[in-house]
Amino acid sequence: MNAIAYVNARLIDPASGLDSHGALLTEGGLITDLGPGLFDAGIPEGIEVVDCAGRVLCPGLIDMRVFVGEPGAEHKETLASASVAAAAGGVTCIIVQPNTEPVIDEVALVEYIKRQARDKAVVRIHPMAAITKGLCGEKMAELGLLAEADAVAFTDADRSVADAQVMRRVLSYASAFDLLICHYPEEPALAGNGVMNAGEVAMRLGLPGIPTQAETIMVERDLRLVEMTGGRYHAACLSTAQAIEALARGKARGLRVSAAAAVHNFALNETAVGEYRTFAKTAPPLRDEADRQAVVAGLADGTIDVICSCHDPQDAESKRLPFELAATGIIGLETMLPLALELYHNGAMGLSDLLAKMTCRPAQLLGLRGGKLSPGAPADLLVFDPDKPWRIDENRFHSKAKNTPYHDRPVQGRPWRTIVDGKVVYADPDSGD
Amino acid sequence: MSDTSPHNFPFRHLLGIEGLSASDITEILDLSDEYVAQNRQVDKKRSILRGRTQINLFFETSTRTRTSFELAGKRLGADVINMTATASAIKKGETLIDTAATLNAMHPDALVVRHPHSGAVALLSQKMDCSVINAGDGSHEHPTQALLDALTIRRRLGRLHGLTVAICGDILHSRVARSNIMLLNIMGAHVRAIAPPTLLPGAMDRMGVEVFHDMTEGLRDVDIVMMLRLQNERMNGAYVPSTREYYHFFGLDQTKLAKAKPEALIMHPGPMNRGVEIDSELADDINRSVIREQVEMGVAVRMAVLDLLSRQVSNRPPVGPDGAAS
Repeated sequence: MNAIAYVNARLIDPASGLDSHGALLTEGGLITDLGPGLFDAGIPEGIEVVDCAGRVLCPGLIDMRVFVGEPGAEHKETLASASVAAAAGGVTCIIVQPNTEPVIDEVALVEYIKRQARDKAVVRIHPMAAITKGLCGEKMAELGLLAEADAVAFTDADRSVADAQVMRRVLSYASAFDLLICHYPEEPALAGNGVMNAGEVAMRLGLPGIPTQAETIMVERDLRLVEMTGGRYHAACLSTAQAIEALARGKARGLRVSAAAAVHNFALNETAVGEYRTFAKTAPPLRDEADRQAVVAGLADGTIDVICSCHDPQDAESKRLPFELAATGIIGLETMLPLALELYHNGAMGLSDLLAKMTCRPAQLLGLRGGKLSPGAPADLLVFDPDKPWRIDENRFHSKAKNTPYHDRPVQGRPWRTIVDGKVVYADPDSGD
Repeated sequence: MSDTSPHNFPFRHLLGIEGLSASDITEILDLSDEYVAQNRQVDKKRSILRGRTQINLFFETSTRTRTSFELAGKRLGADVINMTATASAIKKGETLIDTAATLNAMHPDALVVRHPHSGAVALLSQKMDCSVINAGDGSHEHPTQALLDALTIRRRLGRLHGLTVAICGDILHSRVARSNIMLLNIMGAHVRAIAPPTLLPGAMDRMGVEVFHDMTEGLRDVDIVMMLRLQNERMNGAYVPSTREYYHFFGLDQTKLAKAKPEALIMHPGPMNRGVEIDSELADDINRSVIREQVEMGVAVRMAVLDLLSRQVSNRPPVGPDGAAS
């Protein structure tokens, strides 16, 4: 069996709180040993040695919210191309969203994603399945059967379940199987035809806005329904101070609720829209600076459990349109780590706490075996230099799409090696070793 | 470069009022005055734009703005072509960018664009080598309307600075209101916005205006009453309960107007909904209403704009928006 020793590393395992200099041993696709004193007595013969040169070695990142164009819009992104982008971003496991064509609302389609992922992807891919058939918000999908087929959670992707009675029954029914309902919280009628955050910028540009209350009202409704049903609920991405505060109150009441924030909602605010920059059109929309800071605070105090990339590839044609007509979405797999690390570099969060939100927390919520460094866990690893300065360059993305507002942004921290199932799936071409 | 010297208007496009300075606006208005005089002569034609091509590209139907631009171009000697791109034609597949590339290949010197979506004219301008004039984009801006309103006011009252102007009606959806608010603020006028809250943007107070929901209060002692058109689709209960109720509270009639200064002027960008936002007799009152004068000023202002922008596109190789050769 192929054994590899990663030595001279800063081991960070947010799940156990480990943060120390040491080494880690993988055999085949599993972690078999790790610790500060490992190999103090020397490395046995026949083991391949990788010198991490003091870099951080942590569990590979898990990204809970990734949109891929397969099936249906393969020209935007395939499972294979998304997986290569993920590997380049230090992400070893992506959770793909069901708003494909056709919608992932049938067992056969979950099987299709799993098969394509197994045959063509370089990282692990798990599908979320639809909450309601066709994402129409009316009829419950076959939640139990889809879960048996390994759908890791349920979501109507970029849509909200507007009907409270439907949502109530979904949460209630899903509680019998302990399924995670991952909801995009936006009151659709209040969001209306809005295309960016409601406020001064939208007014100046003459664009219809989405008020923050659209998110708050939906989160507050959902929390009441969770209270009523005992369901397990995850807000897919929060962007507003009020909704974060509502979630904190729900947690304080002991509800089984969690939330994620998309990188965009703490890395940018609404001014990025500038003069109709469609690359800054995303969902939830970029909010004002006070809300952006509330997202940072929510991550730091633990109200927000997970950081996701909200990777949403769009081709150039669908972005090169008047703002209202342009497609929504920003790609994020290859920029999630350095943009999240901004929170560490500017002192908002500790490194281990930050990594927890992209490793063990999503793993716990989704019931995945990865996301931690421990003997017997999958050898899905990330080795990265947290300080390395570089500039984001859209021309070097591995994703099929280039829709990023971060081009040329100076950042710190990049992956050196990404390892899935014990095998290197990405090595930094600029590291020189 | 001195801001006060004549004819130093530094822009190649006119996409909005935002970004213009008081001296830019004054320069346009001063030149417009000259064209008002010219337009009142029997011989109205000049040859400043002879040999140049102006395309009016309208993605929304418009009679008065398009005619006004057409007349302005022709009076300056340009060859003017009108293109009406209906919604169905756009749906046939040609994107805005493709349309821009196609038109650009025809080497026009000025492109006048109206589009139903905010920002569309700016997007188009990025792909054009010629001057682009925004004739209204979505709910964003309609700069020549604000300029012609300013010219009308300045000719009647001699100034803009220090005047109190009430803008009344559907401000939420109005590009005319946005351009006017910005222009009047730049020129030192006091602006009031009067509308039911459903027809006002949430962050209205951030635009440097005083907000009123009561028309009799808002009109008190104003110099100018600018009425906006209320679109039919807003009146069916979605934004206001009914035409009748809207007129009762927000329509301009003699009683409400009595609160304004005795010599206050009434303006409207047209076309008017008589009996919805404005009393029919008031609209025709030649002592108070300058609505027809606004139309006359429109042609002059558009001539001034075409003239000033044409100076930026002289007989040299085309330049890109950042000054680099494209």
